Amino acid sequence: MTGALSKVYFFLIGLFLAAPMIVVAGVSVNAKQTLAFPPKGFSLSWYGEIFLNPEWRNALFASLTLAILSAALAVAIALPLAWFLWRRIAPWANIFQLLGIAPFTLPPVITALGLLTFWATTGFYGQPWTAVVSHAIFFVTLPLVTLSLGFTAIDRSLVEAAATMGADDKTIFRTVVLPLILPYIVSGYAFAFVLSLNEYIVAYMTVGFTMETLPIKIFNALRYGYTPTMASVTILFVATAAIIFSLVARFGDLPKLLGAMSSDDT
Amino acid sequence: MRREAPQKLSDYGPLFFPATMLIVFFVVPFATMIAVSFFQRQQGGFYVPAFQFANYERFLSLFFANVLGFSLMLAVTVAICCVVLAVPFTYLLTRMRRKVQIVWLVALLSVLSLSEVIIGFAWSTLFSRTAGITNLLVMAGIMSEAKALLPSFGAVLTGMVYQAFPYTVLVLYPALVRLDPTLTEAARTLGASPIKAFFTVVVPALRNTITATLIMVFIFALGSYLLPQLLGRPQHWTLSVLITDQAIYQSNMPFAAAMAVFLVLVTLGLVALTVLAGRKGEAA
Repeated sequence: MTGALSKVYFFLIGLFLAAPMIVVAGVSVNAKQTLAFPPKGFSLSWYGEIFLNPEWRNALFASLTLAILSAALAVAIALPLAWFLWRRIAPWANIFQLLGIAPFTLPPVITALGLLTFWATTGFYGQPWTAVVSHAIFFVTLPLVTLSLGFTAIDRSLVEAAATMGADDKTIFRTVVLPLILPYIVSGYAFAFVLSLNEYIVAYMTVGFTMETLPIKIFNALRYGYTPTMASVTILFVATAAIIFSLVARFGDLPKLLGAMSSDDT
Repeated sequence: MRREAPQKLSDYGPLFFPATMLIVFFVVPFATMIAVSFFQRQQGGFYVPAFQFANYERFLSLFFANVLGFSLMLAVTVAICCVVLAVPFTYLLTRMRRKVQIVWLVALLSVLSLSEVIIGFAWSTLFSRTAGITNLLVMAGIMSEAKALLPSFGAVLTGMVYQAFPYTVLVLYPALVRLDPTLTEAARTLGASPIKAFFTVVVPALRNTITATLIMVFIFALGSYLLPQLLGRPQHWTLSVLITDQAIYQSNMPFAAAMAVFLVLVTLGLVALTVLAGRKGEAA
């Protein structure tokens, strides 16, 4: 009885989560440029449009470049910081941990506005690379949290053994720590990558007038009415996120990662 | 090697790059924003009294109070809806097989990572006249003709609950995973039905977690800026929308910065509350 009830509940929640995507998937295969569901006719041409239409292709390219670079920069900031906090006793350095978590905890519009005033004041406003730095700072929380978790999982006696044998910090990091922390680097990178791909407000406020990322492109296109390419891009995004998170789950311990991640946030 | 305090200057080496990046690109921009909100106020007070007065007037005006009130009300409603839906869901989820859990977690993460633009577009399609759910109701003979369900408050609320629900589940997940299963078992042994055990044992045991989650979802919902624009009417615009609007379209940076600082203060106050609730939870 209760088992059936919880099945119904899960079905309804699943339906709620899936419903908009089902409709968008249906709309994305309409044969003509109409917003109709159930779809009239069947065509995959709107998926081709993402790659064939230069505007959408450029936006896709801009988004991918931004996500690849900013996630890498976020990891580059988070890794030495997490390593230092694990390796040394320096309570005052925890302030940087807090600074790394703050941008993601505050409403995004605040980080976006802060960066907008900053880039405008320094005269770099609108340069594409400012978006990379902005996203890296905005999403540094994700690799920072996964890496901090990764370091706590490392057995200190391993490192101690290496030190006793005469290895210096650099050698220890390269030969002992790095292989153990690698899965956490990958998942931290994956989280930052997917979120950067989808991010709108920070990208819009920093480079919105000079560069179009996919979310900005969708929003701009929405103002001028509907094209089915929006629907196909949406499905592409959902699929990308699902594939990347499935891979993280496949090669890492997703429940553990999430269990510790959220408790670190609070 | 045990953890030790840094001895040489070179021991601080790894800290150099992250610290520089965070200070230059987060602390400085943040300070710039605060400065802009203050500087202009003094500047306006000294040099352009009319402008300054107008700025203040707007900040304390009925319009601003309405927007703030609406933003808070909307965020509270979203937080309550999400927590009410997510607590039983997450509880049941943590009791499932690991493989099933992972599938759900991947799905939740995928929805969570979706851009607000995409969520807004997807729901506006679902609520539209030509491709919306009303067509299904027409087909089923419940409604006579399809109609658009947006822009409306209900559409904004649905979109925001959709956006915040996965977040709520992921915030609740660690606490519920660690919940001692013997608690409910004891209740069941003593003859409570599963539903009664849930409400009399699980929910009270999680009181502090639920409070903390409500506040976190509230902050999350306060940050929503596109869904009110895409799914609602101008009267459904939130403080975040107003800040963006002032900064980008009205080019009134000082006013936007002042509102942002205000929003930070509200958020920080709530984070402090969350931490307090968490402390109490640990003590209990």
